[in-house]
Amino acid sequence: MSTGILLQAAQTLLAILLAPLLMGWVNQCRAWLQGRSAPSIVQPYRALRKLFHKDAVLAHDASPLFRFAPYMVFASMALAAGIVPTLANDLPFSPAADVIALVGIFALARVFLALAAMDIGTAFGTLGARREMLVSFLAEPALLMVFFTASLISQSTALPVIVATLAHKAFAIHPSLAFAAVAFWMISLAENARIPVDNPTTHLELTMIHEAMVLEYSARHLALIEWATAVKLFTYSALGIALFVPWGIAAQGDVAALPLALAAMVAKLAAGGAALSLLEAVSAKVRLFRVPEFLGTAFLLAVLGMLIHFLLEA
Amino acid sequence: MSSPATLDAHVLDLAWGGVLYWLALGASALFLQARPGLLVRLIFPLGALGALFVAGIGVAGLLLPASSMVLPIGLPDLPFHLRLDALSAFFLVLLGAAAFGVTVHAAGYFRSMAGGPLALLAMWYHLFLAGMAMVLLADDAYAFMVAWEVMALSSYFLVTTDHKIAEIRRAGFLYLLIAHVGAVSLLLAFGVLQGGHGDYTFDTMRAAGVAPFWASAAFLLALFGFGAKAGLVPLHVWLPEAHPAAPSPLSALMSGVMLKTAIYGLLRVTFDLLPMQLGWWGTLALALGLVTALYGVIFAAVQSDMKRLLAWSSIENIGVILAAFGLTLIFRTEGKGELAALTLTALLYHALNHAFFKGLLFVGTGSVLHATGERRMGHLGGLIRSMPWTAWLTLIGALAIAGLPPLNGFVSEWLLLQAFLLTPGLAQPYLNMVIPVAAATVALAAALAAYVMVKFYGVVFLGQPRDPALRQAHEAGWPERLGMLWLGAGCVLLGLFPTQVIQWLEPVVRMLTGQRLPGIGNWLLLTPVSAGRASYAPLVFLAGMAVVVGLTVLWVRRVYHGRVRRSAPWDCGYPEQDARMQDSAEGFGQPIRQIFAVFMRVERETPDPFDRQPRYRGDSRDKVWLLVYQPIADATAWLSRQAGRLQHGRIQWYLVYSFATLIFLLVFAR
Repeated sequence: MSTGILLQAAQTLLAILLAPLLMGWVNQCRAWLQGRSAPSIVQPYRALRKLFHKDAVLAHDASPLFRFAPYMVFASMALAAGIVPTLANDLPFSPAADVIALVGIFALARVFLALAAMDIGTAFGTLGARREMLVSFLAEPALLMVFFTASLISQSTALPVIVATLAHKAFAIHPSLAFAAVAFWMISLAENARIPVDNPTTHLELTMIHEAMVLEYSARHLALIEWATAVKLFTYSALGIALFVPWGIAAQGDVAALPLALAAMVAKLAAGGAALSLLEAVSAKVRLFRVPEFLGTAFLLAVLGMLIHFLLEA
Repeated sequence: MSSPATLDAHVLDLAWGGVLYWLALGASALFLQARPGLLVRLIFPLGALGALFVAGIGVAGLLLPASSMVLPIGLPDLPFHLRLDALSAFFLVLLGAAAFGVTVHAAGYFRSMAGGPLALLAMWYHLFLAGMAMVLLADDAYAFMVAWEVMALSSYFLVTTDHKIAEIRRAGFLYLLIAHVGAVSLLLAFGVLQGGHGDYTFDTMRAAGVAPFWASAAFLLALFGFGAKAGLVPLHVWLPEAHPAAPSPLSALMSGVMLKTAIYGLLRVTFDLLPMQLGWWGTLALALGLVTALYGVIFAAVQSDMKRLLAWSSIENIGVILAAFGLTLIFRTEGKGELAALTLTALLYHALNHAFFKGLLFVGTGSVLHATGERRMGHLGGLIRSMPWTAWLTLIGALAIAGLPPLNGFVSEWLLLQAFLLTPGLAQPYLNMVIPVAAATVALAAALAAYVMVKFYGVVFLGQPRDPALRQAHEAGWPERLGMLWLGAGCVLLGLFPTQVIQWLEPVVRMLTGQRLPGIGNWLLLTPVSAGRASYAPLVFLAGMAVVVGLTVLWVRRVYHGRVRRSAPWDCGYPEQDARMQDSAEGFGQPIRQIFAVFMRVERETPDPFDRQPRYRGDSRDKVWLLVYQPIADATAWLSRQAGRLQHGRIQWYLVYSFATLIFLLVFAR
């Protein structure tokens, strides 16, 4: 049990601390692919440090909700990171929230951010909130369907059990998971505000979604939100690894496998980040009203994955 | 202090006493016409105490075995039969607990009403409460229908409180019409159920053992009748008209509690009175429920009147409850008793949750309406600064209804989704195909509900006031705050202690399905099936959240600083900013309108770019009205016009008619 708690704390802290590094890696890869000279991989840490040191500027009318939301978003993402197995399957906290609750946690963070964006009452804030909710109401059920496919295979909605079934039991081919994987990839792009749904580097009014919501934030509040964004990307990547390429995650109580698990995780994250930046380099952002089509496709693929499970694997 | 044994014998007397108490309060309100202040400060708090009493009776009823009694009132040879079993008791708790918060709020809300109308309102209000309680206690069709009509009529008079407004009269008429079409259907359902015995007590119906064909007929009639009350698509058209028309506490009671009496009736008829259940009923109810849920939430997203938005959201929630009902039926007929128990638990839990959060949201809009006199969201905004109590308490309701952990809406949604995941291995292959699609629809409706709530809360309470007068909006008074506090506390507690609530629902579940949940878990961890299968611990979740937030705040303050500077909002550097540049309610709903355009008929008025006073109007109408009701209304009007041709107002012609009829009858009907 005590190793469990230790591993829980280690994995959560690792996710929170390593998240900006993953962000830095993705940015670096993208710069290389675009033929620019890349920023250092630790650039996100420097940006966070700078933001934490600045004085916070709040709009005159900002309500307590606006000040509280960044903490809420950060805490939600930290909790989400605490549920997803990255190194080992021992997660004493994970019975508190299964995959459905994980979707709920993401929704909680999103709703708070959207409400905070509407709090000051600027044109861009409400625009961002509306677009974010538009993206999410299609992405969220699709994500749930992806989780359902994995849960149906492993007869459980608890992530450690899912990972244990997929990684540590006899190898089996699940065609439904292929559909779910494609759907999950598309959802992750949308949920993490990446191209083709949103562009994390844009400040062009007509196209921004996530950036429009956080326009009024500065200093420590902005730092927390940016950090939470990085943790979200990390958590989604870890989720993708746990669901679709879980091999390497140490089984419950298997402390000796931890170094290998760490190496496997770093390799998989590096590969995933590179793939993400490649995808971003070769695709263009779609028009906002093509986003429902994009996410509708993801939703249908996820439902299809579930149907295929019922047809072929049940 | 009576011993448990005597309480056992008298619990139904006490419940009936609660009903009489409300009736007496309603009657005494009429004598206080001249003293409106006293009326508000006395009658409503006393009514609230009655609600608490009824809730207490309900709790006792859940713990005690069923009891019944006969009341020698009504027609000769037709006494009222009353019965209190676990099912009635649960709904009594729901009624009492929600009505307590709403009635406490009402004590503040109606404070500025004039004496005469107020006395009438107080009378109808308590009659309405008594009628709902009687519906739950009735044990024969006669008493049930009388109570059902008392409930319908008193709520009709409450809906038309502001009867000087033509629109409200129209809403009231529509409500009355559909309520009675439904009531006729219920009457027929009971007629079928008694199976030719001529005795309308529920005991006879339980023993009647009608044939499958007639059972199906009774089920369909009941589904139609109760569906009309619950707002099942396509019988929902009255709901978005009538619920917003009523004063807010009444909207809260109608949405939060009255709709649940229809769910109660459906459960009573299907699982208690009917001797059998057939699988296709479940499929039908599931499909109707899913359509209702999706339809309701889509229309909620495009509303620009805050109470109408909530009314549509009630349709969505009823749809989810009905989908759970269909799923329970499917599992029951497939012989998966434990799953039926799980879905039924989700159903009851969601019904209870909805009573709390919808009640809270409706009374919250009531306080807003009272403070600002405005229901149109496009004229509100920024109320979190002038009405912090109302705003923060309403936030709880909004987050709960959006299905966010750790509040109560999430728990029932979680239970329902777990049930979907347990379905593989149903005997009917088509069901295995339907279930994933159904699960996807429920998930989509839940995600859209979050969209709706961000819109509702963001436009009404956040942002800049869209009218300068809103800055002076007065905060709700103490009774209103207390009412909201009670309902909000309900949302939080029902969310944090799911295991206790589920244990407490257990008698109802066992009564209707004969099964219990495979597991519940301990006080901390909810595990409805088994620990490895699924678990959820809201308390741990909340604690984790609090610890992380606390640590982060401490760390940021300690390591860095807490300095804050205030300035004008940046907004990408645009110099001109005013409240009109925020999203209006229509603007926020625009993406939904564009995506789901097939379901609605959109009427738009867009301004000229050079308009001095630009006005935008977007109205999204329900196509069901145009496709189903308009033709019926047109046909009725046509028929009456044709019938009108016979009537010339000349006595000769009428004599000719009588003569012709006489001849006809003599020739053919001898």
